[in-house]
Amino acid sequence: MTDPLLEVRGLSRRFAAVDALKDVNFTVAAGEVHALIGPNGAGKTTFIHHLSGALFPDAGKIHFNGSEITRLRMHQRVRAGMARSWQITNVFLGLSALDNVALAVQGRPDAGTSFRFWRPVDREARLFEEARTFLEQVGLGERSGRLAGELSHGEQRALELAMALATRPQLLLLDEPMAGTGPEESARMVELIEHLARHVTILLVEHDMDAVFRLADRISVLVNGQLICTGTPDAVRNDAGVRRAYLGDHL
Amino acid sequence: MAFYRPARWQQTAALVVLAALLALPSLLDVLDQSYYIGFATRVLIFALAASSLNLVLGFGGMVSLGHAAFFGVGAYVAAICQQAGLGEGLLVLPLAMAVAGLFALAVGAVSLRTRGVYFIMITLAFAQMTYYLFVSASLWGGEDGLPVYERLRLGGISLAGDAALFFVVLGALTVTMLLFSRLAQARFGRTIQAIRENETRMEALGYPVLRYRLACFAIGGAVAGLAGALLANLSGLASPNLLQWTQSGTLLVMVIIGGVGYLWGGVVGAVVLLLLEEILLAWFAHWHIVLGLLLLAVVLFAPKGVAALFGRRDD
Amino acid sequence: MTQLFLEQALNGLQFGLMLFLLAAGLTLVFGIMDCINLAHGSLYMVGAYFVAAAAQAADSFWLGLGAGVAGTALLGLLLELSLFRQLYRRDHLAQVLATFALILIANESVRLIWGPAPLLLNPPESLAGPVEIAGFFYPAYRLVIIACGLVVAGLLYLLVAKSRIGMWVRAGAANREMTEALGINVRALFTAVFVFGAGLCALAGGLLGPLLAVQVGMGESVLILAFVVIIIGGIGSIRGALVGALIVGTVDTLGRALLPTLLRATLPADAAATLGPALASILIYLLMAGILFFKPQGLFPARA
Ligand SMILES: Nc1ncnc2c1ncn2[C@@H]1O[C@H](COP(=O)(O)OP(=O)(O)OP(=O)(O)O)[C@@H](O)[C@H]1O
Ligand SMILES: [Mg+2]
Repeated sequence: MTDPLLEVRGLSRRFAAVDALKDVNFTVAAGEVHALIGPNGAGKTTFIHHLSGALFPDAGKIHFNGSEITRLRMHQRVRAGMARSWQITNVFLGLSALDNVALAVQGRPDAGTSFRFWRPVDREARLFEEARTFLEQVGLGERSGRLAGELSHGEQRALELAMALATRPQLLLLDEPMAGTGPEESARMVELIEHLARHVTILLVEHDMDAVFRLADRISVLVNGQLICTGTPDAVRNDAGVRRAYLGDHL
Repeated sequence: MAFYRPARWQQTAALVVLAALLALPSLLDVLDQSYYIGFATRVLIFALAASSLNLVLGFGGMVSLGHAAFFGVGAYVAAICQQAGLGEGLLVLPLAMAVAGLFALAVGAVSLRTRGVYFIMITLAFAQMTYYLFVSASLWGGEDGLPVYERLRLGGISLAGDAALFFVVLGALTVTMLLFSRLAQARFGRTIQAIRENETRMEALGYPVLRYRLACFAIGGAVAGLAGALLANLSGLASPNLLQWTQSGTLLVMVIIGGVGYLWGGVVGAVVLLLLEEILLAWFAHWHIVLGLLLLAVVLFAPKGVAALFGRRDD
Repeated sequence: MTQLFLEQALNGLQFGLMLFLLAAGLTLVFGIMDCINLAHGSLYMVGAYFVAAAAQAADSFWLGLGAGVAGTALLGLLLELSLFRQLYRRDHLAQVLATFALILIANESVRLIWGPAPLLLNPPESLAGPVEIAGFFYPAYRLVIIACGLVVAGLLYLLVAKSRIGMWVRAGAANREMTEALGINVRALFTAVFVFGAGLCALAGGLLGPLLAVQVGMGESVLILAFVVIIIGGIGSIRGALVGALIVGTVDTLGRALLPTLLRATLPADAAATLGPALASILIYLLMAGILFFKPQGLFPARA
């Protein structure tokens, strides 16, 4: 068996009086879509924050792609091949959709340094050509010239995805990409993720169970900061502990 | 805040103003008002200093309250060089920029680890530290400062005449503004403005945020150093007062009056503030009361500054 | 040498306690309201002027002190209601600009009213002389300042650490939204803290008045020291303010008094003569930078 792409061992984190994460052991295999579910306040976002480097653990180790990244800063993890989206939309509202993605392309090491002081960005055609392909991938090709602030909520979520993709990640961390979108937009997002999953490994945090069971190869369940079970969708659906702790009212 | 985009009309306006300024010394000469060449030079030097702060504050989003330290260090570098007999501007001015820039790099390396109110206070504290350092440095004149007896030469041409110095300052400002306008549209400018808008987002795109912030802070410091060196030559003195934190406050006021993050914000602010001072001071010795009330009015009623009253940043 | 050291240590304690009076109000305003107030030093200056003017009018130091503190607190109340309420919601830049404007107005108004010359404030006559402690003479008035400072610091500590109001204040510093959600009248709390801080400023200004010159600009240099105190102690923490103030007070005083002597013992004379005062004057800033490097949130961060 090959090593997992992401491996988390004994991750713990305490906020004042709350144990947000307790001794979490967790792996994501290369190529899979791994869904992380759990009730509100279970610690899912906190977990993503630790993976992406926005927060640092009290104890535990994180390995990615064979090397330890526990203490790496966020930008270093991005360069190591990890990209994320936020539960709350996080794009540059004052830039056009295309500019947003171009900024993401520009941040990649292979796009060259950003210590360039003379040539206007707008004339760097390569950045924009590439940015356009990512926008097209998420179905925003037609809207590239719009200010991000003028896009609909669902479009902004898609834009955020395009920005994450533009960093050319091996692992995508998606924190509730469907949050706040209507049914139609949700369906489109599911299709999009399904499509992306062919090229990139995905860790998906999501409350929409239909989406989760359709997309996930494996599911992990987090309750009160503890990982209570990991398995195939069927195994998780039938797990007594999960039913008791969490899924009881959903299934 | 919006991202900077060049505006055609502003470029035209700048060229017209530049042409007018080129003619200013002869005009003042004809009108027998040569006193005002010195004043105009002072305004341009402060426009340069305020613009350098605007790069840090407006484009980089760093509310630094210690910018005068770099301004003052530049002045002292020039004065020290010139006292030691090194009077060639092509050497002294870049040296002043380098020293001020490196100093900014060091201050930034410590202060940029912090955020918000902390950052404001720490930049302020470091500036005050520098101030005390120069006040107690008897070697460099202590509280009296270090006089500059003979102005710089530039490529062998003496700047002893007020018009010559004026043209050099005008040239420095023009080049700086051109560079800033390019920089703001280039990758670097896009990057620092995006960091200003959303630091975490930029880190999550793989940008080493601190490095860009630090570079922006240091560039601002270097240009402030240039302004300081020029001011020491204009006034014939590098005084510790240049480093006082109220001086940083004044630069900040200029930027805010002119419009934070507007390319011309620093220039407009310096012109408005120094003209106001020149006019009001003659009329009312306690003009700072008027200025204070005006500033309060700006904060409460025109939060985006005077430049914002004239139009959007990107039109 | 020991005597010099003891004397300077007492001076440092006295200076530190006065710094604490200034920093206490300031750190709470920063911590709870997330508002930067550059005009805090102006309240100190105006307070000193009020005390001096009132003491002259009443011909009594203590009456003047009381009246000056009350007057400054009233001024603080007016400022809070008219201006600061609007500033809390604004960004730091607006706060910097507005409070810088207040400094300009305060300095110039004081100059307009009392003229450019420093104002004279005499200590109470009974305290004018020195007293003997442990074999050396120390000004009685300075001892009284130390006593006052200790009492106020103790009361303040009790108030913030033990009382219900203090609990709200600490809660507000740690998490403002939560405190608001608990139904505490945050507005009134802000006003109270601000007014209290203004009163403490005037108290420090009045007590220090006889030792320093009561003059325009006295607020600015002390403001920066109060900032250093807060940075070292951690924003929003009273305990941090106390510890920071004592550190800054003693290090600064002892550094200025002893460093030149120490350097003379180790360095050539002229190097010591140039380096000594320079190093002494930046000692606390170096200390601040060092502390920040290891604890960017200060020694006692109020927010986790
Ligand atoms: N910075 C913080 N300080 C203190 N407590 C925190 C902090 N961040 C999160 N928490 C607490 O940690 C717990 C986990 O929160 P988290 O946001 O990770 O949950 P979640 O699973 O993402 O919930 P949701 O499904 O609502 O998004 C919650 O109890 C939350 O209140
Ligand atoms: Mg969440």
